[in-house]
Amino acid sequence: MIRALKSLAYLIVLPALLLAAWWIASTLNPSFFFPPLPDILAEFPVTWDFARISAHVFPSLGRLAIAYFAAVVIGVLLGILLGLSRIARGLTEAILEFMRATPPTAMVPVIMLFLGIGDTMRVVVIIVGCVWPILLNTIEGVRGIDEVLSDTARTYRYRKTGRLFHLVLPGASPQIFTGARQALAIAIIMMVISEMFAASNGIGFQIVQFQHQYSIPEMWSGVILLGVLGFALSRIFILVERRALAWYQGFKANTDLGG
Amino acid sequence: MSEILLSVEHLRKAYSTPKGVTEVIHNLDFQLAPGEFACIVGPSGAGKTTLLRSIAGLLPPSSGQIRFEDRVITQPPADMAVVFQEYGRSLFPWMTVGRNVAQPLIEKGVPKAERERLVADALEAVGLSANANSYPWQLSGGMQQRVAIARAVAYEPRLLLMDEPFAAVDAQTRADLEDLVRELWKRLGVTVLFVTHDIESSIYLSQRVLVLSDRPTEVLADIPIELPEQRSQLETRMLPEFGEYRARIYELVQQAKRGARTGSLPTVR
Repeated sequence: MIRALKSLAYLIVLPALLLAAWWIASTLNPSFFFPPLPDILAEFPVTWDFARISAHVFPSLGRLAIAYFAAVVIGVLLGILLGLSRIARGLTEAILEFMRATPPTAMVPVIMLFLGIGDTMRVVVIIVGCVWPILLNTIEGVRGIDEVLSDTARTYRYRKTGRLFHLVLPGASPQIFTGARQALAIAIIMMVISEMFAASNGIGFQIVQFQHQYSIPEMWSGVILLGVLGFALSRIFILVERRALAWYQGFKANTDLGG
Repeated sequence: MSEILLSVEHLRKAYSTPKGVTEVIHNLDFQLAPGEFACIVGPSGAGKTTLLRSIAGLLPPSSGQIRFEDRVITQPPADMAVVFQEYGRSLFPWMTVGRNVAQPLIEKGVPKAERERLVADALEAVGLSANANSYPWQLSGGMQQRVAIARAVAYEPRLLLMDEPFAAVDAQTRADLEDLVRELWKRLGVTVLFVTHDIESSIYLSQRVLVLSDRPTEVLADIPIELPEQRSQLETRMLPEFGEYRARIYELVQQAKRGARTGSLPTVR
């Protein structure tokens, strides 16, 4: 009990201090573009009523979910193929390096040219931005599987599906989750960016709208909402990861790296 | 001569390196009959593990061939199980002990009821029935190696390959595991090829010790071990014959290290 309280304390102490600092600074020294935090917070439930949430937050989250899961599927499948085949890696190395180095935000106008300005474009923008960490981490995870495990599977004549589901996927899963966690953060960013130009709904769209209308406290409230959503999504991710990788935590704790 | 289970014929294994060709195994020949327990000893770096991996089908020969059950080995054959030295790394950490033992049988397509019986029997044979639902990393090193042995036993192989399986385990555990392997061998009638650097273990365990030369490796000597079938750690090791075998094999290994080759051996004693 004490330990839980302690870790909770660790988690909130710095944010609480920062919030307090924000509160004090913005109240003592308000400006049009930097309104007092209490005002922003007071606006919050008024601005983000159910109507606005269903008009903007739900579509944003919907696109995020579709794009993120698509990126996971694409990244993991391609990552496994490339991880297992040295030839495929050699052939695709240059292309992957190039595409990975290109900032995803720079790709937005290009994608818009091909896909117009609808939801498809927005989903593709998110996928193009967040697939890379998943892909590259999956490749590393597959390549990093212990060769003694791999030899064991060979000597026991595991079939192809057996190798995939009982050796490759579980073996690479810690690394895949690392990639998926990085991808989540990028996906949220890409989601907002994709909604900031040529959009008709979405959290990003709404924030820019507020900015254009000079509704500054509302704009700030949108920013805070994004932060809260991002935090909540990352906590959910951690819960899922903990369940999926329960064996890995035990394994790491009990194994010296000498095996 | 009775049926031959394993035949290694003129095996040669060489690697190309930037500095040229390294010949690990030169011209290795030997045969195993069904039900034999044979040990392989030799100087460090002699290619014992390379030999074992070639027999297991993990490494293709550079020339020569290996026949198992009268078929040439090109990839890991059926009816063969391997117990590796690095037990911790050969067990799948995301599966329980029971599942680790069962997985090869699942891959082999063994029906569920029979599979469960084989797993239960194997775990009981190694004394780990109570740990079926533990994870391998929750167990000690000796127990992990016993899981690997159980997995090999449940697979019902005709040939069991063991690559220095007890090298990384403490002496007391090693003694227990040696007795376990001998007991399983007698009970199951499986053929065992056991690679070790421990000369005394090789004599205690087997009916036959193959001494390898240094690189490029070949069989230096093939020594039948005529000790009583019933062996005990204390008594057998104190027998005068045991001491004679030990001296002889030790001397052979020393000669191997000094570069002795087959046919160039000075007479021992």
